[in-house]
Amino acid sequence: MLTLTHFLVLSAIVFSISLAGVFINRKNIIILLMCVELMLLAVNTNFIAFSHYLNDTAGQVFVFFILTVAAAEAAIGLAILVVLFRNKRTINVEDLDTLKG
Amino acid sequence: MFENYSDSQVYLAIVLAPLIGSIIAGVFNAYISRAVAHTVTILGVGISFVLAVFVFKYFAFDDAQIYNETVYTWLVSDGIRFEIGFLVDNLTSMMLVVVSFVSLMVHLYTIGYMSDDPGYKRFFSYISLFTFSMYMLVMSNNFLQLFFGWEAVGLVSYLLIGFYYKKESAIFANMKAFLVNRVGDFGFILGIAGVLMVFNTLDYAEVFAAANSQANLTIELIPGEQWSMMTVICILLFIGAMGKSAQVPLHVWLPDSMEGPTPISALIHAATMVTAGIFMVTRMSPLFELSETALSFILVIGAVTALFMGFLGIIQNDIKRVVAYSTLSQLGYMTVALGASAYSAAVFHLMTHAFFKALLFLAAGSVIIGMHHVQDIRQMGGLKKYMPITYWTSLLGTLALIGFPGFSGFYSKDSIIEAVHASTIPGSTFAYYAVLAGVFVTALYSLRMFFIVFHGEERMDHHTKEHLKESPWVVTVPLVLLAIPSVIIGGMTITSVLYGDYFANVVFVQQAHDVLGHLGKSYHGPLSMILHGIMSAPFFLMAAGIATAWYLYMKNPELPGKIKNSFGLFYDILDNKYGFDAFNEKVIAGGTRGLGHIFSKFGDIMIIDGIIVNGSAKSVAWFSSVIRHVQTGYLYHYAFVMILGLIGLLALVVY
Repeated sequence: MLTLTHFLVLSAIVFSISLAGVFINRKNIIILLMCVELMLLAVNTNFIAFSHYLNDTAGQVFVFFILTVAAAEAAIGLAILVVLFRNKRTINVEDLDTLKG
Repeated sequence: MFENYSDSQVYLAIVLAPLIGSIIAGVFNAYISRAVAHTVTILGVGISFVLAVFVFKYFAFDDAQIYNETVYTWLVSDGIRFEIGFLVDNLTSMMLVVVSFVSLMVHLYTIGYMSDDPGYKRFFSYISLFTFSMYMLVMSNNFLQLFFGWEAVGLVSYLLIGFYYKKESAIFANMKAFLVNRVGDFGFILGIAGVLMVFNTLDYAEVFAAANSQANLTIELIPGEQWSMMTVICILLFIGAMGKSAQVPLHVWLPDSMEGPTPISALIHAATMVTAGIFMVTRMSPLFELSETALSFILVIGAVTALFMGFLGIIQNDIKRVVAYSTLSQLGYMTVALGASAYSAAVFHLMTHAFFKALLFLAAGSVIIGMHHVQDIRQMGGLKKYMPITYWTSLLGTLALIGFPGFSGFYSKDSIIEAVHASTIPGSTFAYYAVLAGVFVTALYSLRMFFIVFHGEERMDHHTKEHLKESPWVVTVPLVLLAIPSVIIGGMTITSVLYGDYFANVVFVQQAHDVLGHLGKSYHGPLSMILHGIMSAPFFLMAAGIATAWYLYMKNPELPGKIKNSFGLFYDILDNKYGFDAFNEKVIAGGTRGLGHIFSKFGDIMIIDGIIVNGSAKSVAWFSSVIRHVQTGYLYHYAFVMILGLIGLLALVVY
């Protein structure tokens, strides 16, 4: 029998993986974007699990909004990435240090 | 006083008339002619003179009530009122007449003296402004207004000493006068602060009424030393008087102030402003009477000034400087009288001195006009036959100055000498011999100048001699008008001023100090005073002084040069004015500059600039150069820090 705990553990694991991906990854900025998406999915999993077990559909409605935002965000992120690549000829995270003080 | 007009309107008119004249002559300088400038200012001072005479009559003969009213409240702070107000009593009315009369004479005289000066209108504006300031000083009924008048006369004095502002020595002299007066004023304002601290009011009447109850108050300025509060206040106030009335060691500015035009030397630096200190101490007699230490201090300072400044007059060769040193010496006499608690005698001498010293200065100015602005007496001589009016008025002024029996100066000076003789406070024996010796010195330097200038060989060059003539009437009329009171005012007023009740409600003297009351017992009118005077020590000393001057400068003119050569050391000491100027230049000014240099180098450049200003900028730069390494520019570092922050926040929320 699946309980709420299983879902929460799953989403925590997914979240942690994505978190680790954000700062262990030194190579590709696309992977960073993917990790961010994964974080959102982990959160969505939480929402749906709670929604189901608490019998409240508001959580599931919220997930739709998040998915919409995530799609928009992915589109904009990839567009920025394309422009970045045109300018810098690289998408390597190590090379993108123009914020350096 | 006058029907239809209230007293306060009359007093306001006295004060404001010269101010309006000054504003018209000063502010509208470019739009008015010379004639308008001198007309409005003379009109202003003339109005105030006429009113002052009425006020004087009202107080002296009609037994008027003392007028003490506030005309304007400037502000009230914590219960302390800052006001403009008038206190008019016998002392004030007398000062008003003296100031306005001398001022009027000087205004008239200026028409002649400054006739070809480009600063003519400016000069009239200044002297009228001075008259206004002096009225404010003598009429004030509180310490604040006194201080205002005190500073205002100082300011005008500064402006007038530097009247020839393109002349190097005049600028030096006015700066010197200003700085030396700052020293005195610093003491003065501390004294006023002391009064405010003890009495919590600035009003004269309230302070004097409460003075006795605070007589035993002490203050601990140095830990472990209890000083009488009244002594501290009185000495501080007197330091102010020392600056303004040029007492040793703050006298150094007065001889240099002769750089200004002669009329202001007469008005400001002889007759009125320099006597402000004497007036102030007299006004504060209820306070000064409470401190014998302060009186003793005043006595000794006055005695030193009276005698030693007189010596300097003997060797001066500038006609105005001789008179200036004589003024210092006479101010010393007044101060001695204050110290001996003979306040009335001090004010009496102030009054007679104002007339004869203004006369002597204006006569010196007349000589200077005749000599085409030569001031060195060694180039004069035999002026008697060219300038008869100047000669005779100078003679009267000189006789009054040396205290020749019957002249004004005789009554006031002999009274001071007698008062000091009768005084018992510490220092009075020294002061007595100092003022007694001063009589000889006064006669010597006065007659020396008189003989050299008006008698003997004619030493001026041929060109000057051709043009020598008596000065115009605007110059000689004031001389004559001043000569009259110089001769008669002393004998006329001594009975009521010194021994009568003229100052009964103004001057407060403790029983033990009442030297004038003591003298009054043996006083039988001015004539008997003359008879008594010609058989006493001052008369013989004066006669000896005249004889010495006559012998040295008329009979045997080579002798002074020989004396000078054989007593070179004494001459050098006198020529260097006891080294006060050198001391001030080297030790005070030099020391201040040295101290300033140290402060500038270590305090300003090293600590403030080096450590505080540039140092803080440098440490910010250094810190940021270290901290900027945190900003790597790598996204994953920022993300890591964000996560850490998030964990931190969560931890905060959970616990």
